[in-house]
Amino acid sequence: MNNVLKSLKLKSIEDAMKLIKSGDRIMVSGFGNSGDPKMLVQALTEVDANDLTIISNDLGSPNEGLGTLLTAGKVKGLIGNYYNWNPEVADEFNAGNITVDLIPQGSFAEGIRAAGVGVAGFYTKTAVGTGLENGREVKEFNGEKYLLQEAIPADVALISAQIADELGNLVYYKTARNFNPIMAMAGKLVIAEVSEIVPVGSLDPESIVTPHIFVDVLVKRSC
Amino acid sequence: MYLFDEETAKKRIAQRIAREFSEMSKEKDLFVNLGVGIPTMVADYIDSKRVFLHAENGMLGVGPAACDRECDPLLINAGRIKVTETLGCSYFDSSVSFGMIRGGHVDATVIGAFEVDQKGNVANWIIPNGKMLGVGGAMDLVTGAKKVYIAMQHVSKKGVPKILTKCKLPITGYGKVFTIVTEYALFRFIEQKMHLEEICSEITLEELKGITPAEYVVSDELKYF
Repeated sequence: MNNVLKSLKLKSIEDAMKLIKSGDRIMVSGFGNSGDPKMLVQALTEVDANDLTIISNDLGSPNEGLGTLLTAGKVKGLIGNYYNWNPEVADEFNAGNITVDLIPQGSFAEGIRAAGVGVAGFYTKTAVGTGLENGREVKEFNGEKYLLQEAIPADVALISAQIADELGNLVYYKTARNFNPIMAMAGKLVIAEVSEIVPVGSLDPESIVTPHIFVDVLVKRSC
Repeated sequence: MYLFDEETAKKRIAQRIAREFSEMSKEKDLFVNLGVGIPTMVADYIDSKRVFLHAENGMLGVGPAACDRECDPLLINAGRIKVTETLGCSYFDSSVSFGMIRGGHVDATVIGAFEVDQKGNVANWIIPNGKMLGVGGAMDLVTGAKKVYIAMQHVSKKGVPKILTKCKLPITGYGKVFTIVTEYALFRFIEQKMHLEEICSEITLEELKGITPAEYVVSDELKYF
């Protein structure tokens, strides 16, 4: 009897990219230059799909990392929290070419998690009374004001991990973990770029951070 | 009025805050998040093994900046600086990281600021000049950390006061500031009032008043540093 579970999720990057459609809301993991799916982002600049809404912490640097998507004219809107590393974002926004929804990083992260775990929204004290309140509902709990942050869902999540087993269980690497585990939960379709794929059973179950139930497609990193 | 050169001013600020954290960590392990700029320098002067640095991109137990030999491009702090590990450090995702902040588990955050005012309001996330588009974790940190320390030079590079009666720039968080440390003074907010607790011995109270539009009470036990 053969007990080996071979991967049903492993795809070529070309086949994986065919799953992306124009107008999609696409989450991309990473913080700065760490933990972003570099190969998937590169491939995304070359797909036919456009009018994309990119949901990410930042947008890399000018024409670097996620910044290449802006240069390639793929972006319709951005949802994220820190674009000061890429001044081209402010330029495009000021010129009216893209929309930008700025959300404090903690509310952004929790909004993504909420989308992944079936929570419609939550209330936070962060940003109450500030320029980022943006007309959202303010509600008092125990005499303190809280702001409604709705869940942030996505059609597709492009993520990055260090090791996957053939089922798609994922293990990360140091601060490259950042948004990956929560985006893995929030995307309707989750494509994970990984450095290494190992046989099922070779990862310590206690070490698995993202269980394979969240992962749809595995793409092997080529470098 | 006595002027410190920029390097000395920054060092004095970082050293003063580091001394406070070293003291505080004698009683309990202390968890601290440091912003970019002068706040990052605080780590260089902490004289305690029981101050644990938190980076909002998902690490507790952040070590010193990495040198070329040990450099790992995927191991960075929230300012994108390559850093090292310390014994007992851990990694976690961004929602857990901000859960630590919002949930009140982080004892203190040290941040820079464009302006602070006498009500403990701080403005540090944007100058609305069309060139900036980012908030990062600033609002979560100011709102969630148990104590907010402002580490900044007393006046701007152009000599404009930064400690005001009322902030003019967009606010990051209202009434959240606990301590302001500049090269000239240390102010604390006690019962919504700003108190001058320490002044540097190189300047007079009148000179300090001249560069500090905010209303403040001079502490009965004013110290010199």
